[in-house]
Amino acid sequence: MSTPPHVRDKTMTPEEVVDRLRSGMTIGIGGWGSRRKPMALVRALLRSPVTDLTVISYGGPDVGLLAAAGRIARLVTAFVTLDSVPLEPHYRAARQRGAFALTEVDEAMFMWGLHAAANRLPFLPVRAGIGSDVMRVNPELRTVTSPYGDGEEFVAAPALRMDAALVHLNRADRRGNGQYLGPDPYFDDLFCEAADAAYVSCERLVETRELTENSAAPQTLLVQRHSVTGVVETPGGAHFTSCAPDHPRDEPFQKAYAAAAADPAAWAEFAARFLPPDGDEKGYQQAVRAWHEEQK
Amino acid sequence: MNAFATGSITRAEHCVIACAEAWRGDGEILASPMGAVPSAGARLARLTFAPDLLLTDGEATLVGPDGEAEGWLPYRRHLALVTGGRRHVMMGASQIDRYGNQNISCVGDWEQPSRQLLGVRGAPVNTLNNPVSYWIPRHSPRVFVERVDMVCGVGYDRARAAGPSATRFHRIPRVVSDLGVFDFATPDRSMRLASVHPGVTVDQVRDATGFALTVPETVPYTRDPSPTELALIREVVDPARTRDREVRS
Repeated sequence: MSTPPHVRDKTMTPEEVVDRLRSGMTIGIGGWGSRRKPMALVRALLRSPVTDLTVISYGGPDVGLLAAAGRIARLVTAFVTLDSVPLEPHYRAARQRGAFALTEVDEAMFMWGLHAAANRLPFLPVRAGIGSDVMRVNPELRTVTSPYGDGEEFVAAPALRMDAALVHLNRADRRGNGQYLGPDPYFDDLFCEAADAAYVSCERLVETRELTENSAAPQTLLVQRHSVTGVVETPGGAHFTSCAPDHPRDEPFQKAYAAAAADPAAWAEFAARFLPPDGDEKGYQQAVRAWHEEQK
Repeated sequence: MNAFATGSITRAEHCVIACAEAWRGDGEILASPMGAVPSAGARLARLTFAPDLLLTDGEATLVGPDGEAEGWLPYRRHLALVTGGRRHVMMGASQIDRYGNQNISCVGDWEQPSRQLLGVRGAPVNTLNNPVSYWIPRHSPRVFVERVDMVCGVGYDRARAAGPSATRFHRIPRVVSDLGVFDFATPDRSMRLASVHPGVTVDQVRDATGFALTVPETVPYTRDPSPTELALIREVVDPARTRDREVRS
């Protein structure tokens, strides 16, 4: 793949992405639950010393792994789930030992918070939250009253502005144009637009012209390069979450993860095998393949 | 067919009918069932008395009862549909109280819960924007509590206290459990026993409920599925009997 000199090449390694992150940052993580999470970037984060993070995520195993490693100072979320396994054991354990601060908001408040940040607005009004304990557990939340005749009161969902966003897509080019090929874009475009720096990992790095080959519709081009700082090619980089149509969720592996996560001794073994501090993404993928061989 | 239908209707099948009935008369809106029994109920309603309902494949596609795609509904559009109000969701509840406040977030003190659950998810936006019913597969005093530990789904008392913006589109049509059907057709909008499933007694429901339930003088039984409905449940909407994993007969 040759790159014309006038095209800015944004490709980097997972390690180079993480080198640009700092402890104390507010980091947004794309995907949804156990779906198309930028897991390779999360694994790189686990190998780095970066900590004390405010994490903004529709939470899945990304949150679980960071919580287990003690990297989260505050979590902003509406839920944490593994989808086919309803409860995330690491998240559960972290909450039950009071491991970090939580900003628990409704799914729609979260979405409007992303929109507000992407639009450089301090908030957006939303008919969600009032009457619920979301207001009790977030005493900083304010309401706004419609200036029109109806006079209705809404929650002012605060902008979820972030220092950096991490997302995983099916395809991307070197300039940062990102493409999703599955049924749902989730909110990855908004994460990128809501962040000062956004890093897109992808299943496959392609030439720009290849993005629309085979009649791929232009509306699959979810993320535009003006909102992207770095591009990382990480085949299987969403593993073990789903990344349709490239691969489904690795259900047996997720089950093994959840079982290990529920037991400290089993987790130490699991982490040593799949997430060694001196490892890399290639080593992880190899360890997963070997594990699947053993299961046969 | 009739011999097959009489006397052999399971509790789970009465639960499917009770859930299906939640969507009767709803017209052309999205039925959002969560759980195996509500999913079977929604599909049954769509195939029989509520043909205009919209259903999803559980991901991002709107599908007909045979699975044929007819539309696109990724999460962002699903959330927009919620606020547009053309949806009736049936959610689960780890706790529910007499005014219909629901909890799926955590048990105990929110700061450091004794049991962390899912989180509020979309319960706050759902309850303020479109009809929300609940499905509870194991009716017990641990679920039907005097006060929920964290109000995720907003009940009638809390909506009233929060004012017109909260009450404007707020409605909880019904709660279905493995013991019966409940609504809020009382002057103070507290929970009322609407029907018991065949084989369940009123006392059994009272004993399994952690708050004072309004019980009318005569409590009807939840209706039986018709032979056609029963055949649809068993052969079309849930041939794998996922309903029996949620409700023990």
